[in-house]
Amino acid sequence: MALIEARGLRKVYGSTVALDGIDLHVEEGRILGLIGPNGAGKSTALNVILGLTPYDGQIKVLGRDPWLERDELMNEIAFVADVAVLPRWIRVHQLLDYMAGVHPRFDRAKAEASLEKTNIQRRSKVRELSKGMVTQLHLALVMAIDAKLLVLDEPTLGLDLLFRKQFYDTLLNDYFDRGRTIVVTTHQVEEIQDVLTDIAFIDRGRVVLTSSMEEVEKRYLQVMVHPDQVATARALGPIQERQVFGRSILLFDRGDRNQLAALGEVRTPSVADVFIAVMSNPQAQGASR
Amino acid sequence: MNPETAPYVERPPQAAPSPTRPLYWSIRRELWENRSIYLAPLIVTGVVLFGSFMSTLMAAATGPSGKPISKPIGMAPAPIMFTTFIVGFFYAVEALYSERRERTILFFKSLPVSDVTTVFAKAAIPMFVLPAIALILSAATQLILLPVAVLGSLSRGATGSQLGAVLPEPVIMLYGMTIHTLWFAPIFCWLLFVSAWAKRAPILWAILPALAIAGLERMTFNTWYFMNMLQYRMSGAIREGFATKPGTNSPRFTELTPLNFLSAPGLWVGLMFAAACLVASVRLRRSREPI
Repeated sequence: MALIEARGLRKVYGSTVALDGIDLHVEEGRILGLIGPNGAGKSTALNVILGLTPYDGQIKVLGRDPWLERDELMNEIAFVADVAVLPRWIRVHQLLDYMAGVHPRFDRAKAEASLEKTNIQRRSKVRELSKGMVTQLHLALVMAIDAKLLVLDEPTLGLDLLFRKQFYDTLLNDYFDRGRTIVVTTHQVEEIQDVLTDIAFIDRGRVVLTSSMEEVEKRYLQVMVHPDQVATARALGPIQERQVFGRSILLFDRGDRNQLAALGEVRTPSVADVFIAVMSNPQAQGASR
Repeated sequence: MNPETAPYVERPPQAAPSPTRPLYWSIRRELWENRSIYLAPLIVTGVVLFGSFMSTLMAAATGPSGKPISKPIGMAPAPIMFTTFIVGFFYAVEALYSERRERTILFFKSLPVSDVTTVFAKAAIPMFVLPAIALILSAATQLILLPVAVLGSLSRGATGSQLGAVLPEPVIMLYGMTIHTLWFAPIFCWLLFVSAWAKRAPILWAILPALAIAGLERMTFNTWYFMNMLQYRMSGAIREGFATKPGTNSPRFTELTPLNFLSAPGLWVGLMFAAACLVASVRLRRSREPI
């Protein structure tokens, strides 16, 4: 069973179309990155998945309608928006009490064990903690929930590099397994590309590319072309060309590796490179749909 | 991992859910966030205790002889109950607004607590928790004052039979609190509704429309029906629930008119309005997003 199955999701705020017919299919055990520029509709898509906002179209999350069955669904979903959503007035021990009191799948001992590894005091109020510590706290809470689906909306926004790295390392090493699924949004692609198993590029309310990471690595090739081969390379129809230190770098969709190797140095592009190429090239989007 | 400790550390995926009490913890949560719910009545109780104690002593020292000192005990609950009403007013008008303004609604909605439970927990604060606090503090105040008042009365030469006037009347207090809670329910539920609906300044949205309607009625028809209705909502519980004339001493047991209160249309219209506000609040809580 697909964990998330969405067809033709639409959401309109006044005159702004936030989601313009999104299809999404997420299998169990995957880590999907929803990647897109600011305002592309990433957060709106997550809000629909979480049942926080009404929508047009069809979506089933864990076989349920999230808008009608949010509270039941939340037994099996954990959600981290950014660090600012933990109540600032609450004390850490109160937060643990509350979670244990309302969440049937919250393992308090596990959360306490995670907190032991940090400098977070039980008596502290959230407002007294640094931004990095609030993230650690939220992560400790969420990882203590035996959830099937973890949804992260720009979870490391505004954190320094050390905490961002630590956040994803902890998530992968101590939490993720084949029985869990993670959906994460970010506009800092380079940060999470090693973590993801799947990507979906979103732009102006539409999914412009969905693919597994293996597929991306197979499909896109980046060539630093020898100066005398540029014309030949351009004739092969790259989806993007840019200049770095006077050298032309061309990005090909479904290019022939052997053929390209004759023209220059072939590399697998980063997700960020593919993202920029796809976003800035309407034809590449059309080809991928 | 140490094999000996492994069985304690690891557990099967999807272990049996542990039992939860969402409503109970939602109410506790409100008390953590809004400590004024119990701090303000406690402080006022302290002041009332001190004031009543002093006035009892004053009455014992300089009051007319041969009369029981009943006033301090009889008057003590009023300021405590008034305080809880005010606290409830300001609590309710922020209740479903601050979580949106502070974006914590995203956190609370990510937990398996339904919107119905959340709204009921928030409604329970002004309509159940605060009245209970008022009753407990009032009764405690009266109990503490009782020996002082009795000794004071005796020292002024009051006879044993007169001492009955000193004794507190818990049944009347309970009755008064209950009818006021029922009578004020539409006010609190209206405030909750506005707090769920308003995008800014909920307190203005809660009050200004009522004043605007009253002003408009006055200008258009030169009448005060709406204003009278509001006034009836503020004072109607006493008018319908007691046969006492306003301004006289604290009511006696024989002056309670529960049947008259229960048959007042104002009660039932008010309760229906309150229920409608709650239903609307639940719906709004479901669809509203952070501001």
